[in-house]
Amino acid sequence: MSERGATGPGMSAPRAAPRGLDLAALLRTGRGEYVGLGILLVAVLVLFGWTTPRFLSLATFQSIAFQMPELGILTLAMLIPILSGGLNLAVTFSANICGLTAAWILQSLGGPEAGVAAFTLAVAGALALGTLIGWTMGIIVAYVGAHPILVSLAYMIFLRGVGEFLTRGGDISGFPAFVGDIGHGTALGVPIPFLIFAGCAVWWHVLLGRAPLGFSIYMVGSNIEATRYSGVDTRRVLTLIYTLSGLMCAVAGLVMLTRFNSVRVGHGEAYLLITVLACFLGGVDPFGGFGRTASVVLALVILQVISSGLNLLGANQHLATALWGSFLVVVMVARFVVLRIRAGPNPDS
Amino acid sequence: MAERGPPPDERLGTGTGPDRRGRSGEKRGARGTRGLPLPTSTEGWLLLVIVVICAVLGLATDTFLTLVNLFDLLNISAINLIFAAGLLVVLVAGGIDISFAVGASVVQYLTALAVMSLGGGSWASGIAFAMAFGFLLGAFNAALIHYFRIISIVVTIATFNVFFGFLMFFTRGVSIYDLPDWWLDRVILFEYETASGDFAEITLPVVATVAVVLATWVLLRRLNVGRQLFALGDNPEGARRIGVNIAAMHYLAYGWLGICAGVAGLMQAHYVQEVVPNALYGRELDVLAAVVLGGARLGGGRGTILGVILGVLLIAITQNGLNLLGVSPYAFQMLIGMVLLAAITTTNVSWEALVGRGARMRRSRSRA
Repeated sequence: MSERGATGPGMSAPRAAPRGLDLAALLRTGRGEYVGLGILLVAVLVLFGWTTPRFLSLATFQSIAFQMPELGILTLAMLIPILSGGLNLAVTFSANICGLTAAWILQSLGGPEAGVAAFTLAVAGALALGTLIGWTMGIIVAYVGAHPILVSLAYMIFLRGVGEFLTRGGDISGFPAFVGDIGHGTALGVPIPFLIFAGCAVWWHVLLGRAPLGFSIYMVGSNIEATRYSGVDTRRVLTLIYTLSGLMCAVAGLVMLTRFNSVRVGHGEAYLLITVLACFLGGVDPFGGFGRTASVVLALVILQVISSGLNLLGANQHLATALWGSFLVVVMVARFVVLRIRAGPNPDS
Repeated sequence: MAERGPPPDERLGTGTGPDRRGRSGEKRGARGTRGLPLPTSTEGWLLLVIVVICAVLGLATDTFLTLVNLFDLLNISAINLIFAAGLLVVLVAGGIDISFAVGASVVQYLTALAVMSLGGGSWASGIAFAMAFGFLLGAFNAALIHYFRIISIVVTIATFNVFFGFLMFFTRGVSIYDLPDWWLDRVILFEYETASGDFAEITLPVVATVAVVLATWVLLRRLNVGRQLFALGDNPEGARRIGVNIAAMHYLAYGWLGICAGVAGLMQAHYVQEVVPNALYGRELDVLAAVVLGGARLGGGRGTILGVILGVLLIAITQNGLNLLGVSPYAFQMLIGMVLLAAITTTNVSWEALVGRGARMRRSRSRA
């Protein structure tokens, strides 16, 4: 089996499908996903461009490019566990704790006067902690055999508790000026956070599409027992999955630190729902095994456009929360309908 | 199947339905070959830990082992216990739900509006409304899970946000204080005045808790549908093939949790004398932690009402004890997380599998 085949819905193509429906024919091809998401993106742009006069402007798209990375990197952290058939509910609080760590290192090394060396140390500390959090989570999932939802939930409660215990619910701010420059600056006209996100996305794309580990991740998500019997060390793969996820959370925490110039536990808590939403809108199989980085990134762009559009429309924050939840339900129902069409008249085989 | 269930659990004495679980673990003696007769069941361990904590707190403080404090503990735990009994049913059936706590807030509002539009209502109409609204919210989850084959954690993450977002949007975060008198009047069923003049009392939520816990016990352990719920949780495909009505089981499980959440919402509003839209936000994680601590397995097919009671009590006693010892309340969530992680690790770990050259990987990879 070719790697390409394994990484996309092309794998399910051989299943018998009915003739006639053009939609069905389109969905059967691997690129149907991109076409569908592309149409949705255009529809969303037209909708907001039509309803909000200021929407279709350079400023809007620049703000989208500045805002997307936090959500995007957290989504990447969520993507690999979902691909393996699990879930990481602790992404936002892992990011918070890593951000806090970096903030403390900066504070203890001079606060606003801290130098580049201190910042480098802070980044290294945050990345190391994120990796450690992910690694321990992976160890428990892989070797203890506890359910990933349960383990990550316990981590979520624990990390939030640690953060609240240490910060007493307050926030940490007062960083050197260049930290803010990273969060708000541009290089060649592109926001620096967006470049970081793009780098992470390309890394994930290559890892999942080209690397042996990526192939193992898809296989673990498809059928962990079969993967183990074919000689893959599934425990090692599971451990690495959550380790990488934790590392990505640390990157997200650092990007949040540079963007907000402060760290508070609970920052970005609402992103949890949207990361799950982005993965499923991007065509990732909720049971694991299938899904592509590129289409998830496309889904992210759509969600960020919607989010910015709702902001410009002045939508109530709670109404937006309810809409995100409804949207997740709609996406899952649509996914079910699409699978029905793809599978043909007898889906319960 | 709405959810691909786990393969049957291979570990000794864990992958079973209601028949092998639930009896006191200590009675069956120690499985270990030497040393102390340690408990072999989750319930036994919980009881041991609770006894140890109570003994330590009794020695360390002079306020813990007092009648007033113990009755307070009972009153405080009552609402979580109602939630936990409902959640157990969902977990047994192989699902998970995190929307029930905000669902209970929605029920509080709807019930308040409904009884006030009836000109006041009474306990009977209040309970009927709360149970009906609760059931509808649970049935909404069940319908999405069953008919569209969406995994329960994703459905309930979505409905959590839908319920909470719409609740805060439509109420604008405004609390209701002018509830009907029957709802606010304190009902004290047992009262005892201590020598120091404090009152030890048993209030209405405790009675509701006893009723809900008993009803849940009957459902899970004495009724045929209860066994079907265990069957569904343990092996969905097997349950379907022996003729279990999967749709009905989904409605039963999530509807039951919805009803329990409705009752808990009613009691919580009675206890705090007001309806606050975000009062129960975040409660779902505490309850879930308690239920999992009590031995219910995510992935279904396992869990006992006794374990759930002990799990809720353990968390309540720990919190109470930490307060009495003067530990910062900020540390509390962190400690709960640690206890939960420790419980997950020790109850799932299969030492033979770890030691035995990793030959058999005895994990059940389930997708709840």
